[in-house]
Amino acid sequence: MTVQSPPRAPAPRIARAFADSATMTGRSLRRVLRAPDSLLIGVLLPILLLLLFVYVFGGAIRTDGDYIDYVVPGVVLLCAGYGAAITAVSVHNDMTNGVIDRFRSMPITRSAVLVGHVLASLARNLFATFLVLLTALLVGFRPEAGLLDWGAVIGLVLLYVLAVSWVSVCLGLVARSADGASGFSFFVLFLPYLSSAFVPPETMPAVLRAFSEHQPITPITETVRALMMQGTAGDQALVALAWCVGILVVAMVVAQRLFERRTAR
Amino acid sequence: MTDDASIHVAGLEKAFGRTAVLRGVDLDVTAGTVYALLGPNGAGKTTMVRILSTLIPPDAGRAKVAGFDVVREADRVRGAISLTGQYAAVDELLTGEENLVMMGRLGGLGRAGARTRAHELLDRFGLGGAARRRVATYSGGMRRRLDLAAGLVTRPTVLFLDEPTTGLDPRSRQEMWAAVTELTREGVTVLLTTQYLEEADRLADRIAVIDGGRVVAEGTPDELKRGAPGECVELRFATEDDYRQAAAVLAGAGVHPAPEELLLTVDADGSVGQIKSLLDRLDRHDAVIDRLVLRKPTLDDVFLTLTGHQTQPEEIHR
Repeated sequence: MTVQSPPRAPAPRIARAFADSATMTGRSLRRVLRAPDSLLIGVLLPILLLLLFVYVFGGAIRTDGDYIDYVVPGVVLLCAGYGAAITAVSVHNDMTNGVIDRFRSMPITRSAVLVGHVLASLARNLFATFLVLLTALLVGFRPEAGLLDWGAVIGLVLLYVLAVSWVSVCLGLVARSADGASGFSFFVLFLPYLSSAFVPPETMPAVLRAFSEHQPITPITETVRALMMQGTAGDQALVALAWCVGILVVAMVVAQRLFERRTAR
Repeated sequence: MTDDASIHVAGLEKAFGRTAVLRGVDLDVTAGTVYALLGPNGAGKTTMVRILSTLIPPDAGRAKVAGFDVVREADRVRGAISLTGQYAAVDELLTGEENLVMMGRLGGLGRAGARTRAHELLDRFGLGGAARRRVATYSGGMRRRLDLAAGLVTRPTVLFLDEPTTGLDPRSRQEMWAAVTELTREGVTVLLTTQYLEEADRLADRIAVIDGGRVVAEGTPDELKRGAPGECVELRFATEDDYRQAAAVLAGAGVHPAPEELLLTVDADGSVGQIKSLLDRLDRHDAVIDRLVLRKPTLDDVFLTLTGHQTQPEEIHR
Protein backbone atom coordinates (compact mmCIF):
# COMPACT_ATOMS: atom_id res chain seq x y z
CA MET A 1 0.00 0.00 0.00
CA THR A 2 1.49 3.28 -1.09
CA VAL A 3 -1.15 5.69 0.08
CA GLN A 4 0.45 8.91 1.11
CA SER A 5 -0.61 10.02 4.52
CA PRO A 6 -2.69 13.19 4.47
CA PRO A 7 -0.71 16.30 5.44
CA ARG A 8 -2.75 16.64 8.57
CA ALA A 9 -2.26 13.98 11.23
CA PRO A 10 -5.60 12.70 12.48
CA ALA A 11 -5.65 14.64 15.73
CA PRO A 12 -8.34 13.74 18.25
CA ARG A 13 -11.69 15.02 17.03
CA ILE A 14 -12.34 17.18 20.07
CA ALA A 15 -8.91 18.83 20.02
CA ARG A 16 -9.35 19.51 16.33
CA ALA A 17 -12.80 21.00 16.87
CA PHE A 18 -11.43 23.33 19.54
CA ALA A 19 -8.45 24.41 17.47
CA ASP A 20 -10.59 25.00 14.37
CA SER A 21 -13.22 26.94 16.33
CA ALA A 22 -10.50 29.09 17.89
CA THR A 23 -9.06 29.89 14.45
CA MET A 24 -12.51 30.73 13.10
CA THR A 25 -13.30 32.92 16.11
CA GLY A 26 -10.06 34.79 15.55
CA ARG A 27 -11.07 35.28 11.93
CA SER A 28 -14.53 36.59 12.83
CA LEU A 29 -13.16 38.94 15.49
CA ARG A 30 -10.55 40.31 13.11
CA ARG A 31 -13.22 40.93 10.55
CA VAL A 32 -15.29 42.89 13.06
CA LEU A 33 -12.33 45.02 14.10
CA ARG A 34 -11.52 45.71 10.44
CA ALA A 35 -15.06 46.93 9.76
CA PRO A 36 -15.40 49.26 12.71
CA ASP A 37 -18.49 51.05 11.41
CA SER A 38 -20.84 48.19 12.22
CA LEU A 39 -19.12 47.62 15.55
CA LEU A 40 -19.50 51.30 16.32
CA ILE A 41 -23.21 51.17 15.55
CA GLY A 42 -23.59 48.07 17.71
CA VAL A 43 -22.04 49.95 20.63
CA LEU A 44 -23.15 53.53 20.06
CA LEU A 45 -26.82 52.88 19.40
CA PRO A 46 -27.51 51.12 22.71
CA ILE A 47 -25.68 53.92 24.53
CA LEU A 48 -27.70 56.54 22.68
CA LEU A 49 -30.88 54.66 23.44
CA LEU A 50 -29.94 54.48 27.09
CA LEU A 51 -29.51 58.25 27.17
CA LEU A 52 -32.71 58.73 25.19
CA PHE A 53 -34.71 56.63 27.59
CA VAL A 54 -33.17 58.17 30.67
CA TYR A 55 -33.35 61.81 29.66
CA VAL A 56 -36.19 62.01 27.13
CA PHE A 57 -38.77 59.31 27.82
CA GLY A 58 -37.77 58.52 31.38
CA GLY A 59 -39.40 61.57 32.87
CA ALA A 60 -42.79 60.52 31.57
CA ILE A 61 -42.57 56.87 32.63
CA ARG A 62 -43.61 56.04 36.16
CA THR A 63 -41.78 53.15 37.82
CA ASP A 64 -40.89 52.16 41.36
CA GLY A 65 -37.62 53.94 42.11
CA ASP A 66 -35.40 55.78 39.60
CA TYR A 67 -36.20 55.10 35.95
CA ILE A 68 -32.53 54.56 35.11
CA ASP A 69 -32.39 51.67 37.55
CA TYR A 70 -35.46 50.29 35.81
CA VAL A 71 -34.25 50.64 32.23
CA VAL A 72 -30.60 49.50 32.31
CA PRO A 73 -31.35 45.74 32.14
CA GLY A 74 -33.50 46.37 29.09
CA VAL A 75 -30.79 48.31 27.29
CA VAL A 76 -28.29 45.55 28.09
CA LEU A 77 -30.59 43.04 26.42
CA LEU A 78 -31.10 45.44 23.52
CA CYS A 79 -27.36 45.29 22.74
CA ALA A 80 -27.78 41.67 21.72
CA GLY A 81 -30.31 42.77 19.11
CA TYR A 82 -27.85 45.11 17.44
CA GLY A 83 -25.16 42.43 17.50
CA ALA A 84 -27.62 40.04 15.86
CA ALA A 85 -27.61 41.99 12.60
CA ILE A 86 -23.81 41.90 12.36
CA THR A 87 -23.73 38.15 12.99
CA ALA A 88 -26.54 37.40 10.54
CA VAL A 89 -24.88 39.44 7.78
CA SER A 90 -21.43 37.88 8.28
CA VAL A 91 -22.88 34.37 8.24
CA HIS A 92 -24.81 35.23 5.09
CA ASN A 93 -21.68 36.59 3.41
CA ASP A 94 -19.70 33.48 4.26
CA MET A 95 -22.40 31.31 2.76
CA THR A 96 -22.54 33.21 -0.52
CA ASN A 97 -18.99 34.24 -1.40
CA GLY A 98 -17.41 30.84 -1.88
CA VAL A 99 -15.38 30.81 1.29
CA ILE A 100 -17.65 28.16 2.79
CA ASP A 101 -16.85 25.78 -0.08
CA ARG A 102 -13.18 26.09 0.64
CA PHE A 103 -13.68 25.41 4.35
CA ARG A 104 -15.91 22.45 3.63
CA SER A 105 -13.35 20.96 1.27
CA MET A 106 -10.76 21.02 4.05
CA PRO A 107 -10.41 18.42 6.78
CA ILE A 108 -11.74 20.76 9.44
CA THR A 109 -14.67 20.53 11.81
CA ARG A 110 -17.75 21.57 9.86
CA SER A 111 -19.45 23.49 12.63
CA ALA A 112 -16.29 25.51 13.36
CA VAL A 113 -17.31 28.31 10.97
CA LEU A 114 -20.64 28.83 12.73
CA VAL A 115 -19.13 28.43 16.18
CA GLY A 116 -16.56 31.07 15.24
CA HIS A 117 -19.32 33.54 14.39
CA VAL A 118 -21.14 32.81 17.63
CA LEU A 119 -18.08 33.19 19.84
CA ALA A 120 -17.11 36.43 18.10
CA SER A 121 -20.65 37.64 18.65
CA LEU A 122 -20.35 36.83 22.36
CA ALA A 123 -17.12 38.81 22.63
CA ARG A 124 -18.59 41.75 20.75
CA ASN A 125 -21.70 41.81 22.92
CA LEU A 126 -19.75 41.60 26.15
CA PHE A 127 -17.78 44.63 25.00
CA ALA A 128 -20.95 46.56 24.14
CA THR A 129 -22.61 45.56 27.42
CA PHE A 130 -19.57 46.69 29.36
CA LEU A 131 -19.66 50.12 27.70
CA VAL A 132 -23.40 50.46 28.26
CA LEU A 133 -23.00 49.66 31.96
CA LEU A 134 -20.13 52.10 32.23
CA THR A 135 -22.21 54.86 30.66
CA ALA A 136 -25.13 53.96 32.90
CA LEU A 137 -22.94 54.30 35.99
CA LEU A 138 -21.76 57.69 34.76
CA VAL A 139 -25.30 59.00 34.38
CA GLY A 140 -26.53 57.82 37.74
CA PHE A 141 -27.21 54.09 37.64
CA ARG A 142 -26.78 52.77 41.19
CA PRO A 143 -26.97 48.99 41.25
CA GLU A 144 -27.11 47.24 44.58
CA ALA A 145 -25.90 43.87 43.39
CA GLY A 146 -23.29 41.88 45.30
CA LEU A 147 -20.50 39.90 43.70
CA LEU A 148 -22.63 36.77 43.50
CA ASP A 149 -25.50 38.71 41.93
CA TRP A 150 -23.16 40.17 39.30
CA GLY A 151 -21.93 36.67 38.54
CA ALA A 152 -25.51 35.58 38.00
CA VAL A 153 -26.23 38.63 35.84
CA ILE A 154 -23.22 37.94 33.64
CA GLY A 155 -24.14 34.27 33.41
CA LEU A 156 -27.73 34.97 32.37
CA VAL A 157 -26.81 37.73 29.91
CA LEU A 158 -24.17 35.47 28.35
CA LEU A 159 -26.71 32.68 27.99
CA TYR A 160 -29.19 35.10 26.44
CA VAL A 161 -26.60 36.49 24.02
CA LEU A 162 -25.54 32.95 23.13
CA ALA A 163 -29.14 32.06 22.32
CA VAL A 164 -29.64 35.25 20.28
CA SER A 165 -26.36 34.63 18.44
CA TRP A 166 -27.49 31.19 17.32
CA VAL A 167 -30.81 32.66 16.24
CA SER A 168 -28.82 35.24 14.23
CA VAL A 169 -26.84 32.43 12.63
CA CYS A 170 -30.15 30.88 11.57
CA LEU A 171 -31.29 34.21 10.12
CA GLY A 172 -28.04 34.53 8.21
CA LEU A 173 -28.46 31.01 6.82
CA VAL A 174 -32.07 31.62 5.77
CA ALA A 175 -31.61 35.06 4.22
CA ARG A 176 -31.25 35.28 0.45
CA SER A 177 -29.47 38.63 0.61
CA ALA A 178 -27.38 40.63 3.04
CA ASP A 179 -30.19 43.16 3.36
CA GLY A 180 -32.54 40.33 4.19
CA ALA A 181 -30.18 38.99 6.82
CA SER A 182 -29.97 42.38 8.45
CA GLY A 183 -33.72 42.94 8.08
CA PHE A 184 -34.69 39.70 9.76
CA SER A 185 -32.77 40.69 12.85
CA PHE A 186 -35.26 43.52 13.26
CA PHE A 187 -37.49 41.06 15.08
CA VAL A 188 -34.78 40.30 17.61
CA LEU A 189 -34.32 44.04 18.00
CA PHE A 190 -38.01 44.78 18.42
CA LEU A 191 -38.88 42.16 21.04
CA PRO A 192 -37.54 44.11 24.06
CA TYR A 193 -39.91 46.99 23.31
CA LEU A 194 -42.90 44.71 23.79
CA SER A 195 -41.71 43.53 27.19
CA SER A 196 -41.24 44.96 30.64
CA ALA A 197 -37.81 46.25 29.57
CA PHE A 198 -38.76 49.90 29.10
CA VAL A 199 -42.24 50.36 30.49
CA PRO A 200 -44.22 48.33 33.02
CA PRO A 201 -46.57 46.03 31.03
CA GLU A 202 -49.49 47.06 33.24
CA THR A 203 -49.69 50.25 31.18
CA MET A 204 -50.14 48.40 27.87
CA PRO A 205 -53.44 47.45 26.17
CA ALA A 206 -54.65 43.97 27.16
CA VAL A 207 -53.42 42.16 24.04
CA LEU A 208 -49.92 43.64 24.15
CA ARG A 209 -49.77 43.08 27.85
CA ALA A 210 -50.62 39.40 27.46
CA PHE A 211 -47.95 39.09 24.79
CA SER A 212 -45.43 40.98 26.87
CA GLU A 213 -45.96 38.78 29.88
CA HIS A 214 -45.50 35.57 27.95
CA GLN A 215 -42.49 36.39 25.81
CA PRO A 216 -38.89 35.60 26.82
CA ILE A 217 -37.59 39.15 27.27
CA THR A 218 -39.86 39.95 30.20
CA PRO A 219 -38.72 37.20 32.57
CA ILE A 220 -35.08 37.75 31.54
CA THR A 221 -35.36 41.50 32.15
CA GLU A 222 -37.15 40.94 35.44
CA THR A 223 -34.47 38.50 36.59
CA VAL A 224 -31.58 40.78 35.64
CA ARG A 225 -33.37 43.72 37.27
CA ALA A 226 -33.99 41.76 40.44
CA LEU A 227 -30.37 40.65 40.61
CA MET A 228 -29.07 44.18 40.03
CA MET A 229 -31.43 45.91 42.44
CA GLN A 230 -31.56 43.36 45.24
CA GLY A 231 -35.10 42.34 44.39
CA THR A 232 -36.46 38.83 44.29
CA ALA A 233 -36.55 37.13 40.94
CA GLY A 234 -38.35 34.04 42.19
CA ASP A 235 -40.04 31.95 39.49
CA GLN A 236 -39.07 34.50 36.84
CA ALA A 237 -35.46 33.33 37.07
CA LEU A 238 -36.45 29.78 36.24
CA VAL A 239 -38.71 30.92 33.41
CA ALA A 240 -35.89 33.10 32.05
CA LEU A 241 -33.44 30.22 32.22
CA ALA A 242 -35.91 27.89 30.51
CA TRP A 243 -36.48 30.38 27.68
CA CYS A 244 -32.75 30.91 27.11
CA VAL A 245 -31.87 27.21 27.13
CA GLY A 246 -34.92 26.38 25.02
CA ILE A 247 -34.15 29.01 22.36
CA LEU A 248 -30.48 28.03 22.39
CA VAL A 249 -31.13 24.34 21.80
CA VAL A 250 -33.75 24.92 19.11
CA ALA A 251 -31.62 27.52 17.32
CA MET A 252 -28.55 25.27 17.35
CA VAL A 253 -30.47 22.34 15.90
CA VAL A 254 -32.16 24.53 13.29
CA ALA A 255 -28.83 26.17 12.39
CA GLN A 256 -27.29 22.74 11.80
CA ARG A 257 -30.19 21.73 9.54
CA LEU A 258 -30.13 25.01 7.61
CA PHE A 259 -26.38 24.75 7.15
CA GLU A 260 -26.72 21.29 5.66
CA ARG A 261 -29.56 22.37 3.41
CA ARG A 262 -27.79 25.49 2.27
CA THR A 263 -24.67 23.55 1.33
CA ALA A 264 -26.42 20.69 -0.47
CA ARG A 265 -25.85 22.14 -3.94
CA MET B 1 -4.36 -0.15 -4.89
CA THR B 2 -4.51 3.06 -6.88
CA ASP B 3 -1.64 5.45 -7.26
CA ASP B 4 -1.36 8.51 -5.01
CA ALA B 5 -2.69 11.53 -6.73
CA SER B 6 -4.95 10.19 -9.42
CA ILE B 7 -8.64 10.72 -10.03
CA HIS B 8 -10.93 7.91 -11.13
CA VAL B 9 -14.55 8.51 -11.92
CA ALA B 10 -17.04 5.92 -13.11
CA GLY B 11 -20.70 6.35 -14.01
CA LEU B 12 -21.14 9.54 -12.04
CA GLU B 13 -24.69 10.89 -11.97
CA LYS B 14 -26.22 13.87 -10.24
CA ALA B 15 -29.56 15.61 -10.50
CA PHE B 16 -30.89 18.69 -8.75
CA GLY B 17 -34.60 18.20 -8.45
CA ARG B 18 -35.72 17.07 -11.88
CA THR B 19 -32.75 18.53 -13.71
CA ALA B 20 -30.13 15.91 -14.51
CA VAL B 21 -26.79 17.69 -14.34
CA LEU B 22 -24.44 14.72 -14.73
CA ARG B 23 -25.63 11.75 -16.75
CA GLY B 24 -22.96 9.11 -16.31
CA VAL B 25 -19.47 10.58 -16.45
CA ASP B 26 -16.32 8.47 -16.64
CA LEU B 27 -12.89 10.02 -16.23
CA ASP B 28 -9.37 8.93 -15.43
CA VAL B 29 -6.74 11.46 -14.52
CA THR B 30 -3.17 10.25 -14.23
CA ALA B 31 -1.23 11.48 -11.21
CA GLY B 32 0.90 14.53 -11.89
CA THR B 33 -0.96 15.69 -14.99
CA VAL B 34 -3.24 18.60 -15.76
CA TYR B 35 -6.70 17.65 -16.87
CA ALA B 36 -9.24 20.14 -18.18
CA LEU B 37 -13.01 19.85 -18.17
CA LEU B 38 -14.03 22.04 -21.07
CA GLY B 39 -17.60 23.05 -21.65
CA PRO B 40 -20.15 25.84 -21.64
CA ASN B 41 -21.94 27.11 -18.57
CA GLY B 42 -24.42 24.59 -17.29
CA ALA B 43 -22.57 21.62 -18.77
CA GLY B 44 -21.98 20.10 -15.35
CA LYS B 45 -18.34 21.10 -14.83
CA THR B 46 -18.83 22.79 -11.49
CA THR B 47 -21.06 20.00 -10.21
CA MET B 48 -18.33 17.55 -11.15
CA VAL B 49 -15.75 19.50 -9.16
CA ARG B 50 -18.11 19.83 -6.21
CA ILE B 51 -18.59 16.09 -6.07
CA LEU B 52 -14.88 15.33 -6.41
CA SER B 53 -14.01 17.82 -3.68
CA THR B 54 -16.59 16.16 -1.34
CA LEU B 55 -18.91 19.16 -1.18
CA ILE B 56 -21.91 17.22 -2.45
CA PRO B 57 -22.50 13.47 -2.83
CA PRO B 58 -23.22 11.92 -6.23
CA ASP B 59 -26.57 10.24 -6.86
CA ALA B 60 -24.92 7.28 -8.54
CA GLY B 61 -21.51 6.11 -9.64
CA ARG B 62 -18.17 6.13 -7.89
CA ALA B 63 -15.32 8.58 -7.62
CA LYS B 64 -11.90 8.12 -6.11
CA VAL B 65 -9.54 10.99 -5.48
CA ALA B 66 -6.00 10.41 -4.26
CA GLY B 67 -6.96 6.80 -3.67
CA PHE B 68 -9.92 7.58 -1.42
CA ASP B 69 -13.63 7.27 -2.08
CA VAL B 70 -15.20 10.74 -2.12
CA VAL B 71 -18.24 9.55 -0.18
CA ARG B 72 -17.00 6.91 2.24
CA GLU B 73 -13.58 8.44 2.89
CA ALA B 74 -14.49 12.10 2.44
CA ASP B 75 -12.32 13.30 5.29
CA ARG B 76 -9.22 11.61 3.87
CA VAL B 77 -9.95 13.06 0.45
CA ARG B 78 -10.18 16.51 2.07
CA GLY B 79 -6.77 15.96 3.60
CA ALA B 80 -5.25 15.42 0.16
CA ILE B 81 -6.97 18.04 -2.00
CA SER B 82 -7.51 21.72 -2.32
CA LEU B 83 -10.34 23.54 -4.04
CA THR B 84 -10.11 26.94 -5.67
CA GLY B 85 -13.56 27.96 -6.75
CA GLN B 86 -15.02 30.41 -9.22
CA TYR B 87 -15.27 33.07 -6.56
CA ALA B 88 -11.99 33.98 -4.91
CA ALA B 89 -12.57 32.53 -1.45
CA VAL B 90 -10.23 34.86 0.36
CA ASP B 91 -11.15 37.22 3.12
CA GLU B 92 -11.16 40.80 1.89
CA LEU B 93 -10.86 42.32 5.32
CA LEU B 94 -7.76 40.31 6.18
CA THR B 95 -4.30 40.81 4.73
CA GLY B 96 -2.83 38.35 2.27
CA GLU B 97 -0.56 37.05 4.99
CA GLU B 98 -3.39 36.63 7.48
CA ASN B 99 -5.43 34.71 4.94
CA LEU B 100 -2.65 32.21 4.34
CA VAL B 101 -1.71 31.89 8.00
CA MET B 102 -5.35 31.09 8.78
CA MET B 103 -5.36 28.36 6.13
CA GLY B 104 -2.18 26.97 7.63
CA ARG B 105 -3.66 26.93 11.12
CA LEU B 106 -6.79 25.18 9.83
CA GLY B 107 -4.51 22.74 8.08
CA GLY B 108 -2.91 21.82 11.36
CA LEU B 109 0.31 23.85 11.10
CA GLY B 110 1.68 25.56 14.20
CA ARG B 111 1.80 29.33 14.45
CA ALA B 112 5.41 29.60 13.27
CA GLY B 113 5.02 26.92 10.63
CA ALA B 114 1.93 28.60 9.21
CA ARG B 115 3.75 31.91 9.00
CA THR B 116 6.80 30.45 7.25
CA ARG B 117 4.64 28.64 4.75
CA ALA B 118 2.56 31.77 4.13
CA HIS B 119 5.63 33.83 3.24
CA GLU B 120 7.02 31.09 1.05
CA LEU B 121 3.83 31.08 -1.00
CA LEU B 122 3.38 34.85 -1.06
CA ASP B 123 6.86 35.24 -2.52
CA ARG B 124 6.31 32.48 -5.01
CA PHE B 125 3.13 34.02 -6.36
CA GLY B 126 4.57 37.50 -6.55
CA LEU B 127 2.57 38.79 -3.60
CA GLY B 128 5.45 39.30 -1.17
CA GLY B 129 5.17 43.09 -1.42
CA ALA B 130 1.44 43.02 -0.76
CA ALA B 131 1.60 40.56 2.13
CA ARG B 132 0.52 43.07 4.75
CA ARG B 133 -2.09 44.82 2.68
CA ARG B 134 -5.75 44.01 2.98
CA VAL B 135 -7.03 41.82 0.19
CA ALA B 136 -9.69 44.46 -0.54
CA THR B 137 -6.89 46.52 -2.11
CA TYR B 138 -5.74 43.66 -4.39
CA SER B 139 -6.46 43.53 -8.12
CA GLY B 140 -8.59 40.72 -9.49
CA GLY B 141 -5.50 38.85 -10.65
CA MET B 142 -3.75 39.19 -7.29
CA ARG B 143 -6.84 37.88 -5.55
CA ARG B 144 -6.95 34.79 -7.72
CA ARG B 145 -3.27 34.15 -7.14
CA LEU B 146 -3.73 34.53 -3.41
CA ASP B 147 -6.70 32.19 -3.67
CA LEU B 148 -4.53 29.67 -5.46
CA ALA B 149 -1.80 30.09 -2.84
CA ALA B 150 -4.38 29.61 -0.06
CA GLY B 151 -5.20 26.24 -1.55
CA LEU B 152 -1.55 25.21 -1.52
CA VAL B 153 -0.74 25.96 2.10
CA THR B 154 -1.37 22.40 3.21
CA ARG B 155 0.57 20.89 0.30
CA PRO B 156 -2.29 19.08 -1.44
CA THR B 157 -1.54 16.36 -3.98
CA VAL B 158 -4.69 16.98 -6.02
CA LEU B 159 -5.82 20.46 -6.94
CA PHE B 160 -9.27 21.46 -8.22
CA LEU B 161 -9.47 24.78 -10.05
CA ASP B 162 -12.98 25.78 -10.99
CA GLU B 163 -12.78 28.34 -13.82
CA PRO B 164 -9.55 29.84 -12.50
CA THR B 165 -9.43 32.73 -14.97
CA THR B 166 -13.07 33.58 -15.61
CA GLY B 167 -13.48 37.33 -15.39
CA LEU B 168 -9.76 38.12 -15.43
CA ASP B 169 -8.14 40.56 -17.82
CA PRO B 170 -5.70 39.08 -20.36
CA ARG B 171 -2.61 39.95 -18.37
CA SER B 172 -3.87 38.47 -15.12
CA ARG B 173 -4.92 35.42 -17.08
CA GLN B 174 -1.38 34.99 -18.37
CA GLU B 175 -0.03 35.30 -14.83
CA MET B 176 -2.51 32.75 -13.56
CA TRP B 177 -1.52 30.35 -16.33
CA ALA B 178 2.12 30.74 -15.41
CA ALA B 179 1.27 29.99 -11.78
CA VAL B 180 -0.61 26.82 -12.71
CA THR B 181 2.16 25.65 -15.02
CA GLU B 182 4.60 26.22 -12.17
CA LEU B 183 2.54 23.97 -9.93
CA THR B 184 2.63 21.04 -12.24
CA ARG B 185 6.41 21.01 -12.08
CA GLU B 186 6.02 19.81 -8.51
CA GLY B 187 4.02 16.81 -9.57
CA VAL B 188 0.67 18.04 -8.32
CA THR B 189 -2.36 16.67 -10.14
CA VAL B 190 -4.60 19.46 -11.40
CA LEU B 191 -8.20 19.15 -12.52
CA LEU B 192 -9.45 22.44 -13.90
CA THR B 193 -12.68 23.53 -15.50
CA THR B 194 -12.82 26.16 -18.17
CA GLN B 195 -14.97 27.63 -20.91
CA TYR B 196 -11.93 28.69 -22.89
CA LEU B 197 -10.43 26.38 -25.46
CA GLU B 198 -7.24 28.40 -25.37
CA GLU B 199 -6.89 27.89 -21.64
CA ALA B 200 -7.38 24.15 -21.85
CA ASP B 201 -4.96 24.11 -24.77
CA ARG B 202 -2.27 26.01 -22.85
CA LEU B 203 -2.51 24.14 -19.58
CA ALA B 204 -3.92 20.68 -19.98
CA ASP B 205 -2.30 17.37 -20.87
CA ARG B 206 -5.73 15.98 -21.61
CA ILE B 207 -9.14 17.54 -22.09
CA ALA B 208 -12.63 16.19 -21.62
CA VAL B 209 -15.31 18.18 -23.43
CA ILE B 210 -18.46 18.14 -21.36
CA ASP B 211 -21.89 18.96 -22.65
CA GLY B 212 -25.28 18.32 -21.12
CA GLY B 213 -23.76 16.29 -18.29
CA ARG B 214 -21.85 13.90 -20.53
CA VAL B 215 -18.30 13.64 -21.79
CA VAL B 216 -18.69 14.15 -25.54
CA ALA B 217 -15.00 14.02 -26.41
CA GLU B 218 -11.78 13.22 -24.65
CA GLY B 219 -8.16 13.45 -25.63
CA THR B 220 -5.06 15.61 -25.87
CA PRO B 221 -5.54 19.19 -27.03
CA ASP B 222 -4.12 18.34 -30.46
CA GLU B 223 -6.44 15.40 -30.91
CA LEU B 224 -9.43 17.58 -30.10
CA LYS B 225 -8.45 20.44 -32.34
CA ARG B 226 -8.02 18.11 -35.25
CA GLY B 227 -11.72 17.44 -34.93
CA ALA B 228 -12.57 21.11 -35.08
CA PRO B 229 -12.74 23.24 -38.23
CA GLY B 230 -9.44 24.97 -38.85
CA GLU B 231 -8.71 28.59 -39.46
CA CYS B 232 -10.42 30.38 -42.29
CA VAL B 233 -10.28 33.71 -44.09
CA GLU B 234 -13.47 35.67 -44.52
CA LEU B 235 -13.51 37.99 -47.53
CA ARG B 236 -16.24 40.56 -47.70
CA PHE B 237 -16.95 42.63 -50.80
CA ALA B 238 -18.54 46.01 -51.26
CA THR B 239 -20.18 45.41 -54.64
CA GLU B 240 -21.78 42.47 -56.38
CA ASP B 241 -19.34 42.84 -59.28
CA ASP B 242 -16.34 42.44 -57.04
CA TYR B 243 -17.96 39.48 -55.33
CA ARG B 244 -18.78 37.72 -58.59
CA GLN B 245 -15.33 38.39 -59.98
CA ALA B 246 -13.65 37.01 -56.85
CA ALA B 247 -15.93 33.99 -56.64
CA ALA B 248 -15.01 33.14 -60.24
CA VAL B 249 -11.27 33.53 -59.60
CA LEU B 250 -11.21 31.51 -56.41
CA ALA B 251 -13.83 28.89 -57.25
CA GLY B 252 -12.73 25.48 -56.08
CA ALA B 253 -12.30 23.33 -52.97
CA GLY B 254 -12.16 25.05 -49.62
CA VAL B 255 -14.13 28.10 -50.72
CA HIS B 256 -17.60 28.59 -49.27
CA PRO B 257 -19.64 31.24 -51.06
CA ALA B 258 -22.41 33.25 -49.43
CA PRO B 259 -23.77 35.48 -52.23
CA GLU B 260 -26.51 37.17 -50.19
CA GLU B 261 -23.86 38.54 -47.85
CA LEU B 262 -21.22 39.15 -50.55
CA LEU B 263 -19.02 36.91 -48.41
CA LEU B 264 -16.48 34.26 -49.37
CA THR B 265 -15.09 32.01 -46.66
CA VAL B 266 -11.82 30.31 -47.58
CA ASP B 267 -10.27 27.52 -45.53
CA ALA B 268 -6.84 28.61 -44.34
CA ASP B 269 -3.80 26.81 -43.02
CA GLY B 270 -2.70 29.79 -40.97
CA SER B 271 0.33 30.57 -43.17
CA VAL B 272 1.14 34.06 -44.46
CA GLY B 273 2.04 32.60 -47.86
CA GLN B 274 -1.43 31.29 -48.45
CA ILE B 275 -3.08 34.60 -47.66
CA LYS B 276 -0.60 36.51 -49.77
CA SER B 277 -1.21 34.34 -52.83
CA LEU B 278 -4.93 34.68 -52.24
CA LEU B 279 -4.70 38.46 -52.24
CA ASP B 280 -2.37 38.50 -55.25
CA ARG B 281 -4.79 36.45 -57.33
CA LEU B 282 -7.69 38.73 -56.51
CA ASP B 283 -5.57 41.78 -57.17
CA ARG B 284 -4.61 40.53 -60.58
CA HIS B 285 -8.30 40.28 -61.51
CA ASP B 286 -9.25 43.63 -59.99
CA ALA B 287 -11.59 42.17 -57.44
CA VAL B 288 -11.53 44.72 -54.61
CA ILE B 289 -11.87 43.27 -51.13
CA ASP B 290 -13.79 45.42 -48.72
CA ARG B 291 -12.84 43.58 -45.52
CA LEU B 292 -10.69 40.61 -44.58
CA VAL B 293 -11.00 38.67 -41.35
CA LEU B 294 -8.83 35.77 -40.23
CA ARG B 295 -10.81 33.45 -37.97
CA LYS B 296 -9.43 30.87 -35.53
CA PRO B 297 -11.39 27.85 -34.34
CA THR B 298 -13.38 28.83 -31.28
CA LEU B 299 -14.92 26.76 -28.56
CA ASP B 300 -18.14 27.24 -30.47
CA ASP B 301 -16.62 25.59 -33.54
CA VAL B 302 -15.34 22.67 -31.49
CA PHE B 303 -18.72 22.41 -29.92
CA LEU B 304 -20.61 22.63 -33.12
CA THR B 305 -18.51 19.84 -34.54
CA LEU B 306 -18.67 17.65 -31.45
CA THR B 307 -22.25 18.13 -30.39
CA GLY B 308 -24.02 19.52 -33.41
CA HIS B 309 -25.33 22.48 -31.45
CA GLN B 310 -24.15 25.84 -30.22
CA THR B 311 -23.01 26.36 -26.68
CA GLN B 312 -26.03 26.77 -24.47
CA PRO B 313 -26.92 30.01 -22.80
CA GLU B 314 -25.97 30.26 -19.19
CA GLU B 315 -27.59 28.14 -16.53
CA ILE B 316 -27.10 30.04 -13.35
CA HIS B 317 -25.54 28.16 -10.50
CA ARG B 318 -26.72 28.95 -6.97
